[in-house]
Amino acid sequence: MAVLCLAEVVGGALVLDATSKAVTGSAQLGDVTLLVCGPAAAAEEAAKISGVSKVLLADDAAYANGLAENVAGLIAGLSEDFSHITAASTSIAKNILPRVAALLDVMILSDVIEVIDADTFKRPIYAGNALQTVKTSDAIKVITFRTATLELAAGGGSAAVEAASGTGDAGLSNHIGDAVVTSDRPELTSAGVVVSGGRGVGSEDDFALIAQLADKLGGAVGASRAAVDSGFAANDLQVGQTGKVVAPDLYVAVGISGAIQHLAGMKDSKVIVAINKDEEAPIFQVADFGLVADLFSAVPEMIEKL
Amino acid sequence: MKVLVPVKRVIDYNVKVKVSSDGSGVDLTNVKMSMNPFDEIAVEEAIRLKEAGIATEVVVVSIGEKKSTDALRSAMAMGADRAILITTDQGVTIEPLAVAKLLKAVIDEETPDLVIAGKQAIDNDMNATGQMLAALLGWGQATFASELKIEDGSAIVTREVDGGLQTISVKLPAIVTADLRLNEPRYASLPNIMKAKKKPLDEKTAADFAVDITPRHTIVTTEEPADRAAGIMVGSVDELIAKLKEGGLV
Repeated sequence: MAVLCLAEVVGGALVLDATSKAVTGSAQLGDVTLLVCGPAAAAEEAAKISGVSKVLLADDAAYANGLAENVAGLIAGLSEDFSHITAASTSIAKNILPRVAALLDVMILSDVIEVIDADTFKRPIYAGNALQTVKTSDAIKVITFRTATLELAAGGGSAAVEAASGTGDAGLSNHIGDAVVTSDRPELTSAGVVVSGGRGVGSEDDFALIAQLADKLGGAVGASRAAVDSGFAANDLQVGQTGKVVAPDLYVAVGISGAIQHLAGMKDSKVIVAINKDEEAPIFQVADFGLVADLFSAVPEMIEKL
Repeated sequence: MKVLVPVKRVIDYNVKVKVSSDGSGVDLTNVKMSMNPFDEIAVEEAIRLKEAGIATEVVVVSIGEKKSTDALRSAMAMGADRAILITTDQGVTIEPLAVAKLLKAVIDEETPDLVIAGKQAIDNDMNATGQMLAALLGWGQATFASELKIEDGSAIVTREVDGGLQTISVKLPAIVTADLRLNEPRYASLPNIMKAKKKPLDEKTAADFAVDITPRHTIVTTEEPADRAAGIMVGSVDELIAKLKEGGLV
């Protein structure tokens, strides 16, 4: 079995966390070849991930911004030597891999959480309210892995880097620009600690309290969909079925009631702390430690005492 | 400009699903069904393009059981002009690849300039149909759209990506898939619901198209996720911090 895994490259830099976890998922299926669409430096970085047997480097402007038409064409062209085509379930891969699958006349397996065997996989459906195991009859399996529960692959590898080329620019789309939010905090999906605020936080100004607690704990800031829809927090902070899926060591839910759609995004966290003034809030049913309290007194007290 | 919007009838997003006892899927008996919420956003965007004088006609298409008519009537009550229903046999799973193949056959006949689809259906959460359809048509795709503008034969689309937003342009005809923040869909008024009953609905069957829709996936089992045991309630911030310290978490 040979696996072609698409490395996560953003703005010309390898995203090590997502790529390394995708390698861990892929290594269960066979020998891993990592495809890097970016500059040589990103490929060198990728070659150090343990468990990668070869790195294919496609250093071409056509592939630089993750435009699906171009990258899908490249992957489809490389596919014949592989039994599986994989990637981490990022917005880049979710855009590209279904297109690859259709070009190869096969189905896609999105958000796989467990590999049962070479053609049987477990994945969540209905926002994680059910888990389904499916067996595919397709010759080439196209898979995105949900990385929240995958371990990082070790470093110290030294895979060979080879150049790869494909059909280049399909002439269908152009990249205009990115508005990427930069932050000194850890990245939400890979942070060890996440502090999230919900509708109970009440305003955008008060959301600073969530950020202060996150900074105190060295964690990332998250938000419920209710908080995002109310304009308290930016949409890329949303944790839940329609946002990011996280599984940190410690998840602190502040003023979050615990709607099904939010739980789908954080219930794999190792330890969950809930602070809510409503003792009936469903979040307490999944919390390891629950505190019924007004967040405007409890959170400042925590910040002071930690 | 003609806009085509595929819509799917799914379990209403407010319903807590139950896994069926034989593990074949989830229990759909006596459960409230609605139009997939992302498809509602797609329909709304198409109607807004028509109201802005950019689109001339909005055609909605659904593939599924006869009851999918409900989703099509809802879309027409919102403002879509006409509908096409492709019926499939009851209980047959039509996977995203098969949906994309059937939609391609419809699009070959209808020749729309733009297809707006929901980014994913909230039942199988596969997030694939739009991308697959774009591949089969050889069209450009702009997925997870939070803003759409039509300029000089292209769609300028702001996309929700990890870490922020990306703006791309795709040449028309193209596929755009709607994310949550593209718009807030309107509620259909009663007069419009009545009017929608008289709008044209063309019914076909999957067998009318020379398309292989055999599923590629076999469902081995469907299960409930493991329940997370409720933990303990603490009485104060001090007690909480003590517990976290005990666990080596702070």
